[in-house]
Amino acid sequence: MVDRTAISRKLIPDMIQTAKTTEPAWMRTILLGIALLFLLCFLVLPLAAVFTEALRRGFGAYLASFRDAAAMSAIRLTLLAAGIAVPANLVFGLAASWGIARFKFPGRNLLVTLIDLPFAVSPVISGLIYVLLFGMQGALGPWLAQHNIQIIFAVPGIVLATVFVTFPFVARELIPLMQEQGSEEEEAALLLGASGWQTFWRVTLPNIKWGLLYGVILCNARAMGEFGAVSVVSGHIRGKTNTVPLHVEILYNEYNFVGAFAVASLLALLALLTLVIKSALEWKIRAEAALQVEEAA
Amino acid sequence: MSIEVRNVSKTFGGYVALRNVSLCVGNGELVALLGPSGSGKTTLLRIIAGLEVPDAADGSAVIVAGEEISARNARERRVGFVFQHYALFRYMTVFENIAFGLRVRPREERPAKAGIRERVNRLLELIQLDGLAHRYPAQLSGGQRQRVALARALAIEPKVLLLDEPFGALDAKVRQELRRWLRRLHDEIHVTSVLVTHDQDEALEVADRIVVMNQARIEQTGTPEEVFHNPASQFVMEFLGHVNLFHGRVESGKAVVSNDASTGAPIFVRPFDLEIHREARGAAPMRARVRRIQSAGPSAKVELAGDNGQPILVEMSHDRLRELSLRRDDAVFVNPREAKVFLDDYSI
Amino acid sequence: MARHRFIPGFGLTLGFTVFYLSVIVLVPLWFLVLRTTSLSWAQFWAIVVDPRTLASLRLTLLTSFAAAAVNAVMGFLVAWSLVRYQFPGKRAIDAIVDLPFALPTAVSGIALTAIYSSNGWLGSVLEPLGIKVAFTPLGITVALIFIGLPFVVRALQPALEDLDPAVEEAAAILGAGRWQTFLRVILPAVTPALITGFTMAFARAVGEYGSVVFISGNMPLKTEHVSLLIIAKLEQFDYAGATALGSLMLAISFVLLLAINSLQWWTARRYQGN
Repeated sequence: MVDRTAISRKLIPDMIQTAKTTEPAWMRTILLGIALLFLLCFLVLPLAAVFTEALRRGFGAYLASFRDAAAMSAIRLTLLAAGIAVPANLVFGLAASWGIARFKFPGRNLLVTLIDLPFAVSPVISGLIYVLLFGMQGALGPWLAQHNIQIIFAVPGIVLATVFVTFPFVARELIPLMQEQGSEEEEAALLLGASGWQTFWRVTLPNIKWGLLYGVILCNARAMGEFGAVSVVSGHIRGKTNTVPLHVEILYNEYNFVGAFAVASLLALLALLTLVIKSALEWKIRAEAALQVEEAA
Repeated sequence: MSIEVRNVSKTFGGYVALRNVSLCVGNGELVALLGPSGSGKTTLLRIIAGLEVPDAADGSAVIVAGEEISARNARERRVGFVFQHYALFRYMTVFENIAFGLRVRPREERPAKAGIRERVNRLLELIQLDGLAHRYPAQLSGGQRQRVALARALAIEPKVLLLDEPFGALDAKVRQELRRWLRRLHDEIHVTSVLVTHDQDEALEVADRIVVMNQARIEQTGTPEEVFHNPASQFVMEFLGHVNLFHGRVESGKAVVSNDASTGAPIFVRPFDLEIHREARGAAPMRARVRRIQSAGPSAKVELAGDNGQPILVEMSHDRLRELSLRRDDAVFVNPREAKVFLDDYSI
Repeated sequence: MARHRFIPGFGLTLGFTVFYLSVIVLVPLWFLVLRTTSLSWAQFWAIVVDPRTLASLRLTLLTSFAAAAVNAVMGFLVAWSLVRYQFPGKRAIDAIVDLPFALPTAVSGIALTAIYSSNGWLGSVLEPLGIKVAFTPLGITVALIFIGLPFVVRALQPALEDLDPAVEEAAAILGAGRWQTFLRVILPAVTPALITGFTMAFARAVGEYGSVVFISGNMPLKTEHVSLLIIAKLEQFDYAGATALGSLMLAISFVLLLAINSLQWWTARRYQGN
């Protein structure tokens, strides 16, 4: 809900205001001051703290935190989990948005609500459900043990939990976007003799590329940063089932603060990069929407 | 390549969009589907294109160029369709848009690159946009976009050309230019065409034949002259231009107009079928008073109020208006020259 | 109905969607429910009314409510500033509001703890004043404010942008003061969005784990968020306890999700005419 509204935000940059419909200057200054101070304390300070703490013992100590087999293996596992979860949810998002935005069928709204479900579920519970399904005491646990398949406290569990928490990201960006665009261009392509795949690759995909990238960026940020769900299924085996966020936790709990914040600074940089790309994409999407509005006029 | 629609119905949920409609369009003909919004005309067009599937019913068929439309997949149908809002591919240039239908053909049917270029250039010439091949749709005006959409539809050498309110999104002047251009184009290439419109002037000016639709049915089919001068129903009469409503009775095959609304049948008279005289003439002249004179435009329009205050609109030539030298509030007499009475199915 | 469609791919895309949704989301969630129903009512009740559980539920709901309430006020102010005022760096500020979405919760957790611990930037200022933040319910609230803020701001921004300036002008011309216009014209128009944002922030706070785990100190009966309690039970292999609490939390999330959806449906019907 939240990210979607960010895209569809009005195109008019700022309202023209008359004296009657805005506050006196001193009042505006105070309100804006409070808002900015609040953002400074609650958003900017934590971000600054990450980098300050990471560099507390100097740049050498900072870099040394990454020359560590456990850190490297955590990075590899995080890349692997995101490398599976993002493409899987990307394919799902494309299929779901095509099915939902291009056809009418009973139960469509229910389906949209169900796709959003993982966002409503607490991260801890997202991990818990897989423990209850695949864990030793879980429904499939004994069978899996017999066949020597380990999911919980192993890489597959981490991947599954990551897929679950990032499940809706791409679909929820694409469904409203494709509904808004309508099916006429696809109908035109098909009537001109294009096959379904040709229509998808040549017409649909170019039309939704920015929205798709937007969903992928958010999906990736969450996949690489997920903590709660992964924590439940990981078992915290150093060098084996630790992702980057879990590695941060371990270092922190061992009072290796510089190491913890150094690794955390990687994630913070990823978050900043995500925000920059996200903001640029929102701008791009809004500009294109404006163009289409003008075109329809 | 003719089009034949037989006993087609279409419902969306509980909403009836088409009720047992049949229609024939002859080879090379340009037929307009005319009606108010919600009359089912666009649904009928989309069914002919194969975009919608009619309700299953015995004897129901849509035959385009001798083949049931559903028998072939979209790729083999070769139907040209022009959308109201153009539906141009926004990430392709004008050239790429027009070439699209050729480029997506399977390798063995696809013309060579040079062949595609030649055909696109010919079409660009036809729509008079030779210089704009490398523009994107967003960089074109509405009228230019619609011409590109038409060229794109023609590129695949369609068996039939279907146009859904093609000028509906354009402003009045461009709309007039484009519809004349479309008529000339049709006279040149003679592709069987169906045009959906809610604008009676457009239909009257462009089409060989007009199909008037109302409430999911066809009200009348005929040449522009037929539907205009011999409307088959009150709806057609009213839809094709302004009419005055009187009441009266039918006496030996002739309408006798009276202003008594309580008795008698409704009588419809077009504004140019009424005459104004200074003195009483004819069988049953009506008294009226001049309310407003509007003499700007090709003909003069006079608004009057009848005895019981009902508004009457009369159209006449400027010469006749000068002759009468009417002024506001003048008392005059109005005579119908020709009238239509719809008594159930009986009309004179 | 699904027999003839002009656009291809209905069966393929919808089939895959339903399959993937079932495998990843619906079946696992269903097993949690199934597992819970295998508990007797007495067992379930014993887990819920256990003093440690009750204390944790109380703490979770209270801190989540307090955080959502703070966010409703401050989030409104932030959204208002972003929509109505011009200031340098506005685009950057607008982008950084999403930081809590983008920053992994583990990172925000340790960063907030660093700031509010007794030798941290803010902790060292507040502690002499007798305000202890880290490892207290106040600290939990601070973390929940952090992660809930964007929900309120992003829910309110479009609603504030959609306000027709003419309505405010009309109110001003009719003689309303700025404060009256705000209370009687602006606030009622954005209340549905405000409630939506508040509820989303609250729902997120109730289920939060990463940003809370470091700053709370996790003392049973005192500063144990319910997410931490579930983890604690799992680590002790108390699967029944974890399951019972898990489905209780799941039920709370669903009620909140339902509330948000109904509110949006109701608003759409009432104010947008179908």
